Amino acid sequence: MPLGPAPSASPPDPSDEPWSPSQTELERRAFRQSRTKRSAVISAVSTIVVGGLVIWLVTRSAGWPRVQTTFFSWDKAVESFPAVLKGLWLNIRIMLICGVAIVVLGLTLAIMRTLRGPIFFPLRLFATVYVDLFRGLPLLLLLLLLGLGVPALRLPGVTISLAFWGGVAIVLSYSAYVAEVFRAGIESVHPSQRAASRALGLSHGQTLRHVVLPQAVRRVMPPLMNDFVSLQKDSGLIAVLGVTDAIQAARIETASDFNYTPYVVAGVLFICLTIPTARLTDHIAKKQGWHGAGGTL
Amino acid sequence: MSEPSTPTALLSVRGLRKSFGSNVVLNDVSLEIEPGQCVALIGASGSGKSTLLRCINLLEQVDDGVIELAGRDIADPRVDADQVRSRMGIVFQAYNLFPHLSVLDNVTLAPRRVHKVARAEAEKRSMTMLERVGLADKAKARPDDLSGGQQQRVAIARAMVNSPELLLLDEVTSALDPELVGEVLDLLRDLRAEGMTMILSTHEMGFARNVADSVCFLDAGRILEAGPPAEVLGDPQQERTRQFLSRLAS
Repeated sequence: MPLGPAPSASPPDPSDEPWSPSQTELERRAFRQSRTKRSAVISAVSTIVVGGLVIWLVTRSAGWPRVQTTFFSWDKAVESFPAVLKGLWLNIRIMLICGVAIVVLGLTLAIMRTLRGPIFFPLRLFATVYVDLFRGLPLLLLLLLLGLGVPALRLPGVTISLAFWGGVAIVLSYSAYVAEVFRAGIESVHPSQRAASRALGLSHGQTLRHVVLPQAVRRVMPPLMNDFVSLQKDSGLIAVLGVTDAIQAARIETASDFNYTPYVVAGVLFICLTIPTARLTDHIAKKQGWHGAGGTL
Repeated sequence: MSEPSTPTALLSVRGLRKSFGSNVVLNDVSLEIEPGQCVALIGASGSGKSTLLRCINLLEQVDDGVIELAGRDIADPRVDADQVRSRMGIVFQAYNLFPHLSVLDNVTLAPRRVHKVARAEAEKRSMTMLERVGLADKAKARPDDLSGGQQQRVAIARAMVNSPELLLLDEVTSALDPELVGEVLDLLRDLRAEGMTMILSTHEMGFARNVADSVCFLDAGRILEAGPPAEVLGDPQQERTRQFLSRLAS
């Protein structure tokens, strides 16, 4: 027999009696808290042990003193820092400008690929060929072809800026990837959403703009941010064209005395650049959670 | 909330409280169920029926109160929740079948992965269960190819295949067409007749009246009224219960 609470004359108001946890619950909380503390201690100890072990293994190796002076020289790091930082500014500019161009181009390509109807066949074909081509070509090869090939043509009125053509190569390659991410997002929106929108009288374009894309973009935000982190690093590839970005600046700094510390400096700077983006990605993914995943609990 | 439970009770909930933020969803809820009994939870949407079932299945961490399964408090954090859950079955309103698995694989998943039953044996048991719910011929189909009523029967087979001690059913007919409701209710009636212990939240008053041993009326997170269906549904003592029932009738 289920036991309800003692029947009372009027429905009890939940707010009229302040609730305080029972003895059982207090004891459970204490247990959970002790568990949390224990986990924290275990993770701290294991981190220290593993970290210490790695440091010990590296520093006791035979070549360590030599590696230390060649890669981790503090004086060299301080000396090369301004030049590398100046080079990094070029990476940041390339990354931001390319980032915007990639999103616009990628989204356009994705929409072109999802268009239905025979009239749009040429657009679909173009987008498909574009993606196949530029996703298949190694970025390094694309950089060399465009960066060295196009300026060599000496076309009138066309810039021979290596940074510009390097940026174009990055945009071509990345937009092919990003287009596929967007397309996956667009196709993941359930057909019932389109049906509901068309039933309200919205056109295909309006449906895409107001119903499908907002859901699609939210859903693919984490992989897009992942590509953005990747772009931040790959902007360093334009160094192969001889453009003075962070990596090229580091290379110039090493040339005088074969001390490779500037590379480490550049590496640290790139990490500092990508970490905020990575945390932002985590934050977005967490905030989004399962919302919009189309299930009910 | 400290009075001891009836020694024979399979499940005994005492003083259960659950809130989401400042929203108190369950407030001092107590109920008991003997082996082989069927308890129906009724009440408006948002009254806490689903949350109560989810708490019993340990899908939610309770704020306070005791949930005793066969005499052992399962709300205690020291209890292995997976082990407890493997002794219960739960069926959801939206079926929650795994769309990437066939009907048979949906049913064999837990026996094979949780209970480490060999594939052949698990499939044999699952096929018996699918026959039981009348869907043996759909074993190879994907959930998406089935009707709602069929999907829900698969979900019941999935919950029943490990011979749970307790079956929790969360508005299992709410998402179904009226004509499909019957096939699921008939199945539950059979299970009840075979002695399955179950707690179900439902809007099907006819079913609650005919099949349940007792009915609990939940309102704003409290059990306002509980007792045999003839009393709670036939002669409700609380004004709120009368209101709820008359609105359903109209």
